[in-house]
Amino acid sequence: MESRKTVSLIVPSDIVARGLGSILEESGEFSVEEVFHDFSKAAESRLRGIDPDVVIIDPVILDFKSRKEGRNMLSDVCDSIVIALDGPAVTEDVLKLYDGSVSLYDRQDELVRKLRNALETRQPDAVSDGGELSAREKEILVCVAKGMLNKEIADKLNLSIYTVITHRKNITRKTGIKTVAGLTVYALLNNLIDLASVQ
Amino acid sequence: MKDIFTPDMRLSDMIDMNYTLMQVMSRMGVGLSNSGLKADEACRQCGLDVSTFMLICNVYSFPEYVPSPEEIDSLNIPDIVRYLRGSHSYYTGRALNNLETSFDRLLEPCDETRKGAILKFFVEYKSELEKHFAREEDEVFPYIEALQKGTRPEGYSIDQFEEHHESVDEKLEDMKNIVMKYLPEECDPELKMWVLVSIYGLRDDLRRHTYVEDNVLVPAVRNLERDGE
Repeated sequence: MESRKTVSLIVPSDIVARGLGSILEESGEFSVEEVFHDFSKAAESRLRGIDPDVVIIDPVILDFKSRKEGRNMLSDVCDSIVIALDGPAVTEDVLKLYDGSVSLYDRQDELVRKLRNALETRQPDAVSDGGELSAREKEILVCVAKGMLNKEIADKLNLSIYTVITHRKNITRKTGIKTVAGLTVYALLNNLIDLASVQ
Repeated sequence: MKDIFTPDMRLSDMIDMNYTLMQVMSRMGVGLSNSGLKADEACRQCGLDVSTFMLICNVYSFPEYVPSPEEIDSLNIPDIVRYLRGSHSYYTGRALNNLETSFDRLLEPCDETRKGAILKFFVEYKSELEKHFAREEDEVFPYIEALQKGTRPEGYSIDQFEEHHESVDEKLEDMKNIVMKYLPEECDPELKMWVLVSIYGLRDDLRRHTYVEDNVLVPAVRNLERDGE
């Protein structure tokens, strides 16, 4: 059986949160991991930890000025698909920034279909947890294991530092390993390097 | 009503609800021979402040429990420090030694290179943790003890500790993932699970320990600094 996709909600209204929650749970495809009533530092760090597949956010929760940036703020925190909750206070140009939107008036099947679509569209370039590392990622992993810094890796492979950082994020997400020491062990266990090259 | 332990409960009943408390109580100097007693009586016999004892047991058992400012105010700081020292020596002694022994057995069938790499990672984690604790024992605890004697050492405050108190979670989390997903096939699955249970146990324990340091010790010492001014 395929496991349920995890969803976190960032909505100020408890009524909406519970409503969405029960509709999604009932669908059998999604499970709601956590509900936040604000987008505080605490919520940010929780989100970072649970890294859900989908986040549904009511843009009302963000100040008017930061509504557009809200999407980017979320991508800094987690790699989830981010769906906006459409409402009277949300304008077209804000909605465009999100991976999709749902409305309070959607029927259950519409709501589920919209989430499913958003997840599928994202799939091609999305990296799934536990997936195989790409050739490029392996190359970068080997550099990391040898103790090279991001700048050095970027120079060696002719990449921008930003790209190296993105690859490193993906490596960590795929392997579940964060520290350099841990990545070195991973590289050794998978025969990507030999012990002599890291000593 | 929120779940919470009270001083009129027997230790054995508290342990029934959360058996990891056996370990926690023992680090505070309350052994199993006291487990038939009520918490207040056990504390009296062991020379411990009962509200400090209850607070630590509650923190370890109920994730939603948040000590009130009044509780923090009435704490016995030496008892907290004694408990933290006890925990440090438990982690770096028994807990890590046991883990190391099970690691050795688990990795027995692996080739030398792999075994060496994983054990090296383990040793690095161990020394990182030891260094982390040593800083607390050499800087923070003596500072607190001086404060309690009424002197305020120059050039240090609990804010500095709070600011530099780093998480020791990451390497352990990596270790968990390596054992769970990436060990060679020849490693015994039963032993693997055994090691994982120890890692999870240590992880949860360390998280509660960090909580006590950040949310109990730090505010209590801040009160002490304020009173001394």
